[in-house]
Parts: sequence; C-alpha cells; structure tokens
Amino acid sequence: MTPHLLEADSLSKTYPLPGGGSHQAAADVTFTVPPGGALGIVGESGSGKTTVARMLVGLVRPDHGTIAVAGRAREPRPPRGRAARLARAREIQMVFQDPYVSLDPRLTATQCLRTALRLHDRGEAEAAELLDRVGLGPREADARPRDLSGGQRQRLAIARALAVDPRILVLDEAVAALDVSIQAQILQLLAEIRAETGVALVFVSHDLAVVRHVTDEVLVMRRGKVVERGATARVLASPDDPYTRLLLASVPTEGWDPTDTARTPLPPP
Amino acid sequence: MSENRPRSTPAPAAAPPAEALLEIVDLTLRLPGAARPVLDSVSLTVAPGEVVALVGESGSGKSTTAKAALGLFPAGAVASGSVRFDGTEVLGLTGERLRAHRADGVALVHQDPRAALNPVRRVGDFLVERGAGRAEAVELLASVGLPDPQRRVRQRPHEMSGGMLQRVVIAGALAARPRLLLADEATSALDVTTQADILALLRTLRAEHGLGLLFITHDLHLAAAYSDRVYVMYAGRVVESRTASALFTAPAHPYTRGLLTCSPTLGDTLTPLRPIPGRPPSLSDTFPGCPFVERCAEAEPTCETWSPRPVPLPDGGAAACAFVNAEPGLSPVFTAVGNRPAGRDRWAQTQADGADADEVNHA
Amino acid sequence: MTAILNEATAPASAPALAAVRARRPLGVLVAGTLLALVVIAAACAPLLAPYAPDTIDLSSSLVGTGRDHLLGTDSSGQDLLSRALYGARSSLVAPLALLAVAGVLGVSLGVLAAWRGGWVDVLVSRLTDVMYAFPGLLFTVLIIAVFGAGMTTSVLALGLAFTPTVAKYTRSLALSEARKPYVDAYRVQGMGGLRICATHVVPNLARAILGYLVVLFGEALMSLATLSYLGFGAQPPSSDWGLMVQEGQAAIVQGAMLPALVPGTAIALVVVCFNVVGVWAADRLGRQ
Repeated sequence: MTPHLLEADSLSKTYPLPGGGSHQAAADVTFTVPPGGALGIVGESGSGKTTVARMLVGLVRPDHGTIAVAGRAREPRPPRGRAARLARAREIQMVFQDPYVSLDPRLTATQCLRTALRLHDRGEAEAAELLDRVGLGPREADARPRDLSGGQRQRLAIARALAVDPRILVLDEAVAALDVSIQAQILQLLAEIRAETGVALVFVSHDLAVVRHVTDEVLVMRRGKVVERGATARVLASPDDPYTRLLLASVPTEGWDPTDTARTPLPPP
Repeated sequence: MSENRPRSTPAPAAAPPAEALLEIVDLTLRLPGAARPVLDSVSLTVAPGEVVALVGESGSGKSTTAKAALGLFPAGAVASGSVRFDGTEVLGLTGERLRAHRADGVALVHQDPRAALNPVRRVGDFLVERGAGRAEAVELLASVGLPDPQRRVRQRPHEMSGGMLQRVVIAGALAARPRLLLADEATSALDVTTQADILALLRTLRAEHGLGLLFITHDLHLAAAYSDRVYVMYAGRVVESRTASALFTAPAHPYTRGLLTCSPTLGDTLTPLRPIPGRPPSLSDTFPGCPFVERCAEAEPTCETWSPRPVPLPDGGAAACAFVNAEPGLSPVFTAVGNRPAGRDRWAQTQADGADADEVNHA
Repeated sequence: MTAILNEATAPASAPALAAVRARRPLGVLVAGTLLALVVIAAACAPLLAPYAPDTIDLSSSLVGTGRDHLLGTDSSGQDLLSRALYGARSSLVAPLALLAVAGVLGVSLGVLAAWRGGWVDVLVSRLTDVMYAFPGLLFTVLIIAVFGAGMTTSVLALGLAFTPTVAKYTRSLALSEARKPYVDAYRVQGMGGLRICATHVVPNLARAILGYLVVLFGEALMSLATLSYLGFGAQPPSSDWGLMVQEGQAAIVQGAMLPALVPGTAIALVVVCFNVVGVWAADRLGRQ
C-alpha cells in the first residue's frame, strides 16, 4: 500500500532539434501527489511543464523515468487491448489549454459526452447529469463547440474528462485562454469537483496567482528542471530559489515597478 | 528615480490636460447587423508622457477603441463623435492624410509580433521600411535593449524568441518617431519575466521621448500597477475611469469591484475568489438600461432602465453606475478626501458605506 | 461633434469581396444549371429519346439534322440524340464509380500514412510518388492489357490510377487534423486509433475531401472517355460518349461532322461545367 496516488520518478525527455543538437524538455522530474491532492507545476514557456503533463497522460513517451498510479506502473506507450486502454484512461484524464480545438467540432455537447460515456460502457443518460454538474443548460447541450463561448467550451471539456471518472485530472493551462470573470467561475467549479469527487489535480500553469489559489503543493520548473518545490503557500511567500523570486517579482501588484524585475540578477541555469 | 514613478505625480482624471495628445469624445460606433453599438459614447484622453490603461474582457470594445485612434474602423462601421489626435480630427481623414496620420503620429503594437514581421526578411529591413537608416536601425535595436544589435539586424524573425521579436516590433514602431504608442495586449502572450522587461522598456521610452502610451489589457491588476490612469470598459462603454491607485483601493463600479475580487492574487492571506456570474455580453445582446445589470450583485430594479452615463466621483474619476454618489456636498467625507490623499483606505471604507446608504434609499 | 460616414476609411475591398463570395457567381450558376439538365436528361433518357439507342436503320445513314433526327444519325443510321442521351448515363455513372474506388482507397491510404507516420508513411508516400511519376493512362492500359478491355476493368484501373492523388491530398489534411488537440483528447480517453480515424478524423475531413472529388470528376470523365475512344473501355453497342467519338470519326472523312461532334461537345460541356462548379464547391466546402 502506498500513500501516494501518483508517483512520477525522474521523467526525462529530450527532443532532437532540426539541424542537429537537442533540446532537453524535461530532466529528472520527480514528484508525488497524494489521493485528492493538488499539485501545481509552474514555469514559463520552454520550462517543460507541458511536456511533463503530456507524459503523464501518455501523449509523450518519456526517454526514461516511470509513472505509477496507486502503486501500479503505467506502460510508457498506450496498450493494445481495449480493456487495458480504458483502465489506463480511468487513471488520468486531461483538460487542454484551448477548449476550442480540443473539442470535436462536429459533435454537440451531449454527443461529445455520450461518445466518452459509451466508450467507457457507462450509461449515456449520465450525459445530462454531467452537463448539469458543470453548469451547462439544455440550450448548450445541443450546441456545437463553435456556438459555445470560451468558458462554456472549457466546462464541456471538464465534463468530458469527468465522464471517464478519473482518479487524477491533469489541467494544462486550462484557464489561460479565458476572460478573468470566466476564469474565476472555472476555478470555483474545479474546487467544487475536487471536494465532491476527491479527484486529484495536477495543475500546469504559468500563472502563479492561479496556482496559489488552486494547489496545495507546487513545482517550479525552469528549462526542464525542477528548481524549487514545496507547499504552495510557503514557496510563493518565501521562495528559496532566485528564479522563483524573479517570477514572483514579475507579477504586477500595487506599487509594482517592472524595472525592479528587469534588474533582478539571475544565475545561469 | 521619480522618472520611473509616474504615479507619484497624480494626473487628474476628469479634467484632462489642455494639451491632450489623444482625445476621444463620445465615440459611438455602429456595425450593420449588430444589435447594439460596438462602442457607445466612449470618451478618453491620453496626455503626452502619460500611461493610460484600457481594461476589459473580450468583446468590451477596448481594441476597437484603440484602433479608432488610428482611424481604423471595422468594415461598414458608422462612427459618430470625435477622435482628435494632437488637435486634428481623425474621423474625417481620408486617403493621403489618413496615411500620414497612421505613419507619423501613432504606432500600434499588437499581441503577436510574428504577425507584424515578414518571416523571410531581415529584421534590419523591417526597420528600414519604417523610415530608419541602416545605422539608425542598429541604434533602435540597442535602445529597445536587444543585445548585440549589429548581429540582430541581419537576423530573420525565426532566429529570435517572442520577447525579442516584440522588442523589434517596438523598435519598428519607434522608427517613425510616434508621439502616441498603442499597445494592444502587447505583452499578454509573453512570459511574465519578459513582460516585465518590455514594460520597463516602455516606461523608459516614455520618459525619454515623452511618449503617450495607451495600454490595452484584460489584466486589471497589470493595468492598475503599471499605468497612471485606467479606463474600465464593459459592453462597449467606459464604466469607470480612475487614477490607478484609486482603482486598487476604492473601485467605484460594481464591475470593477467584481473584476478585482475574481482575479487571483498573490497576497499573504488567501481570499476566496468571487466569480462574476454570467458572461461578457456579445454584440447580439441589447440593454434597455445598465448593461451590467444581469451580472451585478448590487443591482436594483431601477438599474434595468437607468441609461448609463459617467457619474463624476469626488476624486476626479467617474463611474457609470446609478448608485455612485454623485454629489460630494452630500457627504462630508468626500471633502476630507481631497485634503488627505494619503487616506485612501479610509475613503474606500466610507465610500462603501455611502453606497449602502444609497441602496437603502432605493430599496 | 461630427457625424461621419466612414465608408471611405474602411478597407472598401473587404465587404465587396465578401459579397462576391457569398453570391454564387454567374458562371457557376450557368454551369450548375447545365449540369442539372444533363443529369435529368440522363435519368429520363427512355422518355426523352425518340429512338432506342441501338436501333440500326441503314437506310437513313449519316442523315443531317432534321425533323426525324434532331441531331442527325451516324453511319449505321442510329439516332445521335438518342445515343447521346443514353450515353450520358454510363458517361456520368462510370466516373462516380471510379471516384468511389479512388476515394475509398485514397482516403484509407492517406489517413493510414498520416496516422501511423514513420515507415508506413514513407512506404505509402514513396508508393504514391512512383505512381505519380508513371503516366496514369499508361498504367491503366497496362492493367487492361492483363485483365482485358471493358468498362468494369477501366473503372477499376482508373480508380487505382486516381488513388495516389486522393491519398496525397488526404494525407496532408489528415496530418494537420491528427495533430489537433481533440484527437489527443480521444487518445487520452482510451479510444483506439482505428476508431478515432474512422469515426472522428475522416468525418471531420469529409467536406474537404468531397470538394476535392468534385474537382476530380471532370478529369475522371475525360479519362474514361479517352479509354473508350481508344477501344479499351466501353464496347459496342454501348453508346458511351468516348466510344461514339471513335465511331464517328470515320464519318468526318465522308464530310459528316455530327457523329463525332455531338458526343465530343457533350464531353467538353460536362467537363467544363464540372470544373467550374467543382472549383467553386471545393472552395466553399474546404472553407466550410
């Protein structure tokens, strides 16, 4: 019996670059998430946070390193058999950054959920329940993604992930493309769902303030490496790493001067 | 040091300086097929050397307002009101004179620098196209903080990062020696650390060239932290115009307050987010009264028919809300504020009380 | 306060262009109407045709236009109008069958190459390249040489010859479609690759592929007529247009132009109309 729900052990991924050379997107990234926990992965573009998210759900195969859910190792590539594939899907689901392109343009909201439910041999009647759970009404139920607003699309994307009844939900910049007032609605929805279902969250974001609100623990990544980790409140209140300090100084607040940030020295990685 | 701290010299909000660089008065813009005006009686000013932020969610009309300053309107739009740049009316300009206005006085920097740059041409050519000499191009790149500018002028866009490209676009904007820079979400797609660098650069340029800056963003915290004055837009209208510090401490319009309480912050204490219900209105939504009434927690029945207009606030700002106390004489607290600008927090407190009293009156 | 109509400052070309695009251009309207007439004529051939297509009447050989024979007769005295009407049936149905063959094979290969990538993609791409390099008609004639002449063999052979074009087009579409996050979402849900492709990727590409097939229709009709003209396709007594041209050309020497001209014109008309409508439709469908 392990106390950890999700264990990622020294995940590494290197991409070859055109014209020789290579880019190390993730280097020995190790972390754990307890059942029902919420881990934030924070970093700027090129930090490798999205690569880590995609490795978790099996869209990117790590060069080495292992991922285990509830003590059971996940195969590095999607299994061939249907049953194994579905069982794997029920471990971790994902919500993508851009809800417009992550939804099938041809399917209405109800059809989208039914497809997921049917795949997992669950009753298609649950579609209505799920729509209701994420706050979509009968009008949205029959609408295609292009007729939904950004926030409604992301609600649908969350409902689709929940249709699989996963133990872990990976959110890759899931609120980055939304208006502030809608972003707050989605964050509240996520908090409710987490409280009700006990699903664990891996919340990947560039936005420190959002991560502060959503997560218990946080990893700060820079150029593929974890530079700091710990309880979110502690890391964001008294960071040890100079890079974390720079990130925090870059967030505009009252009395903020961007020139201070520009002058903050940063050691080479 | 005070050069970098423009907010220490507060700019009056309601009474713009006489020599306003950009002055938009009652600009209303209608599109065929839209149920409501894209812009409805928008008024704003930018003085030379001033940083003015225009904040709003998608569809609020903030980008349309900025483009209007360039004399750039959506196809088929019918505009009324006035857009004056440096004393010249922009709305009626056509042909050569409109081109001259766009080329000389005002420059626009977009969110995506790659869209502004020709991918197969060298960065130096981009600057030369905009009127810089070869030697000047190198200087411009140096002035926007690009290291090794001699080498950069020979590079092509794909060899540079997004932050560097945005610097190149800003250098291109400066090549024409504009007096007003429109930054339309110019740093939104950049990493936070790069955003801080670019904003620091813009602030320096403003100080050096006396550049007016109209800063368009969806991020209220960024707007309030970076600019002198802030206009908050909703459904094509300006709902609040305040000095940045007043906006942080005493937001007057319920929408502004809603934006502040629903934006996550990094404070020591974690206050729960209070989302604004509903969603930003689209162009097919019409409003007989206040456009925010459906999402407003403080709305009263009168709001549904109250046609919004800017109600002056005692500190010189304005808010388009029926429940903003318009007459300073009614409350002694307001006169005290003028004498004690340091007591902002207390002012916020009493302002809230005043609003409560007002609600009682209406209830 | 000034109230200004700013039509002059707005980019004037944008609304005008949109209006032209929204309206069906005149050429497309004419071509579409002509095509519709041809299809109706083919469907109602037994009602419209004054004679059976294979009625031989040697007494009225090579008669010009007149009351008995509106478009004249050929050397066997067969009524050219009746033959052209009946000929429209095979001339229109055969390209459809051909495109169905090319469509099924091409889409399958294209999606397979795009989805699997790696050596499968290399194999499919090289194969299509080789077939591209080889003249399509020569390839078809080769197959017919092995399996014998006839309409069915021609349709199948040309279907194969058209496959690489469709496969290449589908592959390029599927490559970008497979990279879209909604496909990733299906993968994360545990859906198998075959099911994702068959029930989600291909239906999302259907409009664009259909548009492309409409453009290919004219070329397919032309190729089939060519084969029939060369004697590899439709066999007598069929009244396929390509075959009719071939049968009619001997009469040219005798000074009778109509036996070759009537089917030739029909082919040219339908091909041109299909190209006009096809390019317009492909543009519309592709842009959705």
